[in-house]
Amino acid sequence: MSFVKFENVDLAYAPGGALAIENVSLEVREGEFVAVVGPSGCGKSTLMKLISGLRMPSGGYVYVDGRQVGGPLKIVGMAFQNANLLPWRTTLDNVMLPLEIVEPYRSTLKKARSRYEAEARQLLARVGLAGFEDKYPWELSGGMQQRASICRALIHQPRLLMLDEPFGALDAFTREELWCMLRDLWQLQPFTVILVTHDLREAVFLADTVYVMSKRPGRILVRREIELPRPRDLDVTYTDAFAGHVHELREHIGRVRAT
Amino acid sequence: MRPNLVKAAPWLVVLAMFLLWELVCAGFDIPEFLLPAPSAVWKVGVLQFEPIMMHATQTFLTTLAGFAIAVVVGLLIGMAVGSSPLLYRAMYPLLVGFNSIPKVAFVPVLVVWFGIGTVPAILTAFLISFFPVVVNVATGLATLEPELEDVLRSLGASRLDILGKVGLPRAMPYFFASLKVAITLAFVGSVIAETVASNLGIGYLMMSASSSMNMPLVFAGLIVIGVMGVVMYELFALVEKRMTGWAHRNPNGAT
Ligand SMILES: Nc1ncnc2c1ncn2[C@@H]1O[C@H](COP(=O)(O)OP(=O)(O)OP(=O)(O)O)[C@@H](O)[C@H]1O
Ligand SMILES: [Mg+2]
Repeated sequence: MSFVKFENVDLAYAPGGALAIENVSLEVREGEFVAVVGPSGCGKSTLMKLISGLRMPSGGYVYVDGRQVGGPLKIVGMAFQNANLLPWRTTLDNVMLPLEIVEPYRSTLKKARSRYEAEARQLLARVGLAGFEDKYPWELSGGMQQRASICRALIHQPRLLMLDEPFGALDAFTREELWCMLRDLWQLQPFTVILVTHDLREAVFLADTVYVMSKRPGRILVRREIELPRPRDLDVTYTDAFAGHVHELREHIGRVRAT
Repeated sequence: MRPNLVKAAPWLVVLAMFLLWELVCAGFDIPEFLLPAPSAVWKVGVLQFEPIMMHATQTFLTTLAGFAIAVVVGLLIGMAVGSSPLLYRAMYPLLVGFNSIPKVAFVPVLVVWFGIGTVPAILTAFLISFFPVVVNVATGLATLEPELEDVLRSLGASRLDILGKVGLPRAMPYFFASLKVAITLAFVGSVIAETVASNLGIGYLMMSASSSMNMPLVFAGLIVIGVMGVVMYELFALVEKRMTGWAHRNPNGAT
C-alpha cells in the first residue's frame, strides 16, 4: 500500500500552456525517504506543490494516504532553501507556529502550552539549538536558522516532510552536519520524507530511493534504490558502493543536460 | 563629545536659523508687516498667549480627530487592498487618482455639506492623511514571501490565519512608519480648512491676523503649527521604535 501515489500526472501552470511536469507516475511507501534530483527548472518544486495539494494536477491523479488530493493537506511539514523564520518571533515561538494552526494542537494550545513548549524545546535541543530558544532569528547563523526551520516543519508531527533544497545555501561542513541531524530525526521516529536537492551525495547518503527528472517538461527518467545499510554514517560516503551510486546518477544527469 | 553633538545638532540648527533671521531683519531693516523678526514674533506670542493656545488646542484636537479616522479607515482599506490581489488591482487607480487631487479643492464641497466649522477641518485632515496609511499597510501585507505562504497553507491555515500570524505583524513597521507621515499631513489638512472655512483654530487665527496686517501674529501661528508637527512626529517615531524593534535590529528586514 503506497502512501503517496502519482498516476500519469501532468501540470501546466497556465491552462492549456506549456507543461511543467509531464506524465509523472511514482509511488512512495509510508516512512520512505525519497530524494528528487534534476536540472534547474525541471519541475521539482512543482512536484512538491502537487503532493502537498497547493496545486491541482492538470491531468492524472495524485493520491496521498489512499485519498485523492483535493486541496492543501494538513499532514505536511515543509522547509525551503530560505529558512523563512519570522523575525518578530523568538526561535521557540517560530517553531511553535504550526501548533497555532493545526488541529488538535490549535484548540488545546492555551491549556497545554507548557507541555507543547517543553516538546518544542526538546526538539530544538535534539538539533543542537539548546540555549538558543529565546534568541531571535537574526541572532542565529544560517545553519542554525535552517535547523529551526526544520524543527518548525516537524513540530506538529506531520506524516509527510517536504524539503526543497533545504541545505542549498549552506557550506559543505554545515551541510554534512545537517544531513546527520535529519538522519537522526528520521531514524528516531520515521516519517515520509521527500527531499529535493541538487547535491547527488546528499541524495545518496540520505535517501532510500532517488528519482532523476528530465529537463522541462519534467518526467521521471530513473528510479534508483539505494541499498546502503542503515544507520548510515558519514564514513559511508567514502565507500565504493556509495561512489558507484553517485557516479551512476551523475551519468544520468549528464545525459539529461546533454540532450 | 560626538554623541552629545549629534544630540544637540537639531537644536543648534534651529537656534542658528532664528539668529540668522533676526540678523537679516535687523541688518536690512525689513519692515515688520513684511517679515517680522523672531523677537517681535516672540513678543506677540507672550502677549497673546491665551488666544493662541485656545486656537492651537482647537487645531490640535481637530487634527487628532482627522488623524484617528485616517488611521482606522487607512488600516481597513490597506488590509483589504493588501490581502486581495483583486481589490488591489481594482482600487489602486482610484486611490492614486483621489490622492492626486489637492485637498483644498474639497474644502468648498465639505462646507456645502457640513457648513463652516470643525467638521470640514476634521474631514480635510482625514482626507489628506489616510493615503500613506493605506499604501504602507497594503505594501506590508503584499510583501509576504510565497514560500512562507506555502508553509502556512500546507498546514491548512486560512487566509485569516495568514493575515493574523504573518501579514499584520509584517505590515506593522510599515504602518507605524506611515503614522509619522500621516500626522504631519493631518496638520496640513486641518490648517488649510481652517483658513478657508472656520472661525476657530490656528488657520483662522492666521487668516484674520494677516487681514489686519498683524504679521508677527501670523508667524507666531506658523511656528506653533511647526512645533506641534515636530512633537507629534517625534512621538510617533518613538512609538514606532518601541513597537517594531525587530525590524530595526534586523539588517535585512524581511528574511
Ligand atoms: N507559479 C508559477 N507560474 C508559472 N510557471 C511556473 C510557476 N512556478 C514554476 N513555473 C515553471 O514551471 C517550471 C518548473 O518550475 P519548478 O519551480 O518546479 O522547477 P525546479 O525544478 O524546482 O527548479 P529549481 O531547481 O531551479 O528550483 C519552470 O519552467 C517554471 O518556469
Ligand atoms: Mg525549486
